[in-house]
Amino acid sequence: MSESAHSAPNIAPAHPAHAGHGEHAPQSFFHKYLWSTDHKVIAMQYTFTGMALGIVAAFMAYVFRMQLAFPGMHVPGFGVVSPGAYNALVTNHGSIMIFWVAMPVLLAGFGNFLIPLMVGCDDMVFPRINRLSYQLFLLSVVVLVASWFVPGGGFGGAWTAYPPLSAVAKYNLTPGGATLWLIAVALEFVAFLLGGINFITTAMNSRAPGMKAFDVPIVVWTIVMASILFMSSVGPLIAGAVMLAFDQLIGTGFYNPNRGGDPILWQHLFWFFGHPEVYVVLFPALGIVAEIMTVFSRKKLFAYKIVIYTFIATGALSFFVWAHHQFVAGIDPRMANVFTVTTLIISIPIAEMCFVYIATLYGGSITFSTPMLWALAFMVEFLIGGVTGIFLGASGLDIFLHDTYFVIAHFHYTFFPIAIIGTFAGITFWFPKMFGRMMSDKLGKIHFWGTIIPFNFIFIPMFFLGSAGEQRRVYDYRHFPELARPEFQALRIMATVALLVMLAFQLVFFYNFIMSMRRGPKAPKNPWKSNTLEWTADSPPPHGNWAEMPTCYRAPYEYSVPGRAEDFWPQNEKT
Amino acid sequence: MIERWIASASSYSAQTDNLFWLITIIVGFWFLAVEVMFFWLMWRFRKRPGVPARYITGKEKDLKRWINIPHALVLVCDVVIIVAAVRLWVHVKQTLPPADETVRVIGQQWTWTFDMPGPDGVLDTPDDIHLADELHVQVGKTYHFLLESKDVLHSFCVPAFRLKQDAVPGRTITGWFKPTLTGTHDIQCTQMCGLGHGIMRAAIVIETPEQHAAWVQQQAALAASAP
Repeated sequence: MSESAHSAPNIAPAHPAHAGHGEHAPQSFFHKYLWSTDHKVIAMQYTFTGMALGIVAAFMAYVFRMQLAFPGMHVPGFGVVSPGAYNALVTNHGSIMIFWVAMPVLLAGFGNFLIPLMVGCDDMVFPRINRLSYQLFLLSVVVLVASWFVPGGGFGGAWTAYPPLSAVAKYNLTPGGATLWLIAVALEFVAFLLGGINFITTAMNSRAPGMKAFDVPIVVWTIVMASILFMSSVGPLIAGAVMLAFDQLIGTGFYNPNRGGDPILWQHLFWFFGHPEVYVVLFPALGIVAEIMTVFSRKKLFAYKIVIYTFIATGALSFFVWAHHQFVAGIDPRMANVFTVTTLIISIPIAEMCFVYIATLYGGSITFSTPMLWALAFMVEFLIGGVTGIFLGASGLDIFLHDTYFVIAHFHYTFFPIAIIGTFAGITFWFPKMFGRMMSDKLGKIHFWGTIIPFNFIFIPMFFLGSAGEQRRVYDYRHFPELARPEFQALRIMATVALLVMLAFQLVFFYNFIMSMRRGPKAPKNPWKSNTLEWTADSPPPHGNWAEMPTCYRAPYEYSVPGRAEDFWPQNEKT
Repeated sequence: MIERWIASASSYSAQTDNLFWLITIIVGFWFLAVEVMFFWLMWRFRKRPGVPARYITGKEKDLKRWINIPHALVLVCDVVIIVAAVRLWVHVKQTLPPADETVRVIGQQWTWTFDMPGPDGVLDTPDDIHLADELHVQVGKTYHFLLESKDVLHSFCVPAFRLKQDAVPGRTITGWFKPTLTGTHDIQCTQMCGLGHGIMRAAIVIETPEQHAAWVQQQAALAASAP
């Protein structure tokens, strides 16, 4: 472990008085919670901001689902949904869930909280860059929210922002919203570039003495790999976004065919980033699931190294599949054949990973605690998202299914497990470490079933509607005789009602979350009898994490080792 | 079964549905196999008093089989799906059978306009029929369409044909279809194109040769009587 890494927080001017670990002078609220360089505080800032934006995005989903089920109605809390408002709602729901919920919570929230604690160091290598990362992220939120209130309203050109619609004011009619949306996304990218630098550097340089690369817990691996994927894919899109901003603001013609530009160029740049982005959020979620499944089945991860290799293979392949989003976009049709092959090849590492996760249960002693239920549900539901992706990756079939509700159902069966199930799994699992108190398992289970069952009733109907040719981003299907059939409308109403039920059950979570934080039973250091280093720190860990820094003696998943009295063997215990 | 929800009205729509079912059967098998295995493991290895978990390193040959053999089978299934998907793709998108007639499809915010050949059967002659929101074609004929956009991206989608193609400003994209069933079907715009995207609908009217000839004559008469 490098000396500089450990002394880093102490040289930050915000904490000039801090001389040693765990001996910190009391801080003002401002310095403790708003200007902190502590990785745990920054993790909470990201997580709470992400959850707040999640509530906003859920409200948007509620509004447009009400409009789809009962077209033209006065939606309580919003009013009548105009076509422009509908477009802005779906656009911002998608943008928020990916860039302002999944990424801040899974990557930045869990990444900041877990990496220093799991590799056994006192903070990130660059704490002030870390603070700057969150501040830029917060600024991006402010810009995004501002984009909804400028003249013309929020941007409604879909989260993919294809030009010329996104580039030309007279086509999108929301010039202010479009430009602010683009700036918000760009700021968010900068925030995560800064965060990624920290994740990668900390995991590489600040590991506890004795912790070799293959002693690092899976979730740290996945967050680091996600950061590498993000940092290597986002460059082309930032270049593309600058060109789009120029097209919007000073009338250049990068995407304008009449001036020698090409609208399809944006699609290549966007999806070259956009597909790896899926894995940027998937990987941390899969890492969380791996930690939870091993702990609650008291089992070593079946083939740890294979899991690492499948992650690397998936990440590498994800750079070669982007044009499967563009089969019918007007690219040379021969290209579709290449991208069908690369897309289906991704099923090979993913299937292997899936089998290894499932095999981990074999021979286990499974406790169905709330975090474990979420982790198991992740696998059950994500599998549906995985197999339905095959339909869309098959070029011949994508001609029909592209941009239908089949696509929406498919990616919600991937993103919902990632952003919602993965997050709840992680929060219920690490809550004792984060806040020093236990959550109610009973309320946790009520919330779990109240979320999982309606979730399937929201999105299964969409597979049927998509197979019937229902296209996306339409605010009222009564204009299309083939889609206006009453049985289809019944499916839409069913999805909306299920959404209302699911949203209602989220109140159980927030009640449990807030009440447990204030009055839950005090958590011991290691309530789940887990092996990884974060459970050797106090709950919650103080600034600096440990009074005496831990040393690592073994791999992270040595559960139920024969001949030991205990069925776990923490990484820091010598014998 | 898809044709119960949406008519199957082109020469390649049945093939598309067959590909849908092929993939459904293959991935449905895997889906069920994996989920059944998963739930069985959950039940079989639930925590029971006095039964500790086993220490398994993942290097046991008899256990690794359970991963390696399915994994090889997944690869075989991938090849089957790729071959079927590429065959359909090449048929629909990469080959262009000789046309009996050609039509022009133009997307603009937020309407479709169509140029159809007049009584002479040739596009781009003075007797062409220009119509908004309605494309008339004859059953059994092979059509080429020349797809254009005047402003932003649109997508020409006829679900009953299982056909979709984006319209890109500055380009003319040529594709084909052959209607096999008479009737009227939706043309949807399936690419976000702005405020009116949700109402950018047109109809494709597929007629028998007699109906179609009568319709063309009627349109020609209308055009002649116009001042």
